Amino acid sequence: MSALVDNLPALLAGLGTTLFVLVTSAVGALVLGTLVVVARVSPVPVLRAAAFGYVQVLVNVPLLALLLLAVFALPDAGLIAPLVTTAIVVLTVYEAAYVAEALRSGINTVPKGQVEAARALGFTLSQTLRMVVVPQAARAVVQPLGNVLIALLMNTALTATVGVVELTSATNKVNLVQAEPITIFGAAGLVYMALALVIGLGAGRIEKKVAIRR
Amino acid sequence: MRPPETAYLYDEPGPRTRRRIRIASVVSLVVLAGALALMLRQFASRGQLDADRWSPFLSWPIWEYLLVGLRGTLLAAAVVAVLGGALGVLLALGRLSPLRPLRWLCTAFIEVFRTLPVLLLIYLMLFGLPAYGINLPVLWKLVVPLTVANSAAIAEIVRAGVLSLPRGQTEAGYSLGMRRLQVMRAVVLPQALRAVTPSLVVQLVSLLKDTSLGYVVAFTELLYRAQVLSAYNRLLVQTFLVVTLVYLVVNGSLSALASRLKRRTTKTAAPVAAAVPAQPGAPAVEAPRA
Repeated sequence: MSALVDNLPALLAGLGTTLFVLVTSAVGALVLGTLVVVARVSPVPVLRAAAFGYVQVLVNVPLLALLLLAVFALPDAGLIAPLVTTAIVVLTVYEAAYVAEALRSGINTVPKGQVEAARALGFTLSQTLRMVVVPQAARAVVQPLGNVLIALLMNTALTATVGVVELTSATNKVNLVQAEPITIFGAAGLVYMALALVIGLGAGRIEKKVAIRR
Repeated sequence: MRPPETAYLYDEPGPRTRRRIRIASVVSLVVLAGALALMLRQFASRGQLDADRWSPFLSWPIWEYLLVGLRGTLLAAAVVAVLGGALGVLLALGRLSPLRPLRWLCTAFIEVFRTLPVLLLIYLMLFGLPAYGINLPVLWKLVVPLTVANSAAIAEIVRAGVLSLPRGQTEAGYSLGMRRLQVMRAVVLPQALRAVTPSLVVQLVSLLKDTSLGYVVAFTELLYRAQVLSAYNRLLVQTFLVVTLVYLVVNGSLSALASRLKRRTTKTAAPVAAAVPAQPGAPAVEAPRA
């Protein structure tokens, strides 16, 4: 137990980095993912193809490969940024693909008849989306988006492999000195579970609030 | 041009809209091409596009070296898929069991390992457990954490499949005098597994991506080989781009298979749920709320 208390500052600093990376890349991924999905459903073929390609590439390539590429390889091409910034950018770009897919599956849950009814009433595309599709799709995507955020939380741990000292990395460092793996890894595991629980419960609450009773 | 699947969102474009779409197409094409050109220029300015930096990847020995890595990736993925699949089905059955202690145990296992980063488990295997005299061969240091994490995800997929079946199926089994386990084995599981096959294939893609963590445990898989190769030939950009492409081809074909299977099952059976591609932590299928 004292191994934990003595190293609390290091572990808390790690937790702080995890939270910082989590929040910034979550915001970034939500924004970028929304843009991608807008391109994906737009009537412009070029944008649709680009969004499709974007999602396909990022869903099929391991995050770790992208992290190594960005952190170790791209500096050779003159593209270099501070380590944490690079990690956040990679996580944002990677996770945006999953956000886009979650949003798209939400749009698909809106029955076609709803859209057709809106069109029959003479709504334009932006009116249809704004007043008919998005309000209904939003309710269906809360839980999937929560799951994407939980996955993002777990993926922040991967930044440890390229040298970001976040919670997993800090835990490992403390354990190398203290050699009390069960206590130290157990504590870190509990923190991750608690964070995931917070995201999950938050999503559940929001979902309940926006749910439509049919 | 194939009409997009979201074409029902808008009316058949008239002449004015068609012109607007054409203009938007040209503008976005110019922007995208411009971004690509900027990036290529950046790469070229550092000599990363020089032919001698890419020509090594035309030679067989380099590919042979990388393919040995790919074999390791596929081996690890296969072991995790088999073990994780079996464990996942058992966990799903346990979570659906009427035996309360068993149900709680399986629920706890699933919920814990769905939210723990795999890397934390791997660090525990690498640096924690050897202190207790547990030191597995390197393949198992990768496979055990991945199996544990993926079995939790697979269990949730299978459970969603079981819950999506109409109750009448189970009731019909009972009314024929079958026992609970018989109903599960002969009636429920075969249908449930068929219904969630696309999600399971998507999970397989996620699992294959996870094996890149072999890089951390120094298991000979694709990404680890890429790392060793790039340390040797100093062609970092090229090596990692090539390896990314290999992952893209392998996983892309699996993903294509998944969406084909999905189209087939949705044609014959009712869709299970809106699917989001699986990644570590996120269940591929939303389990219906009990």
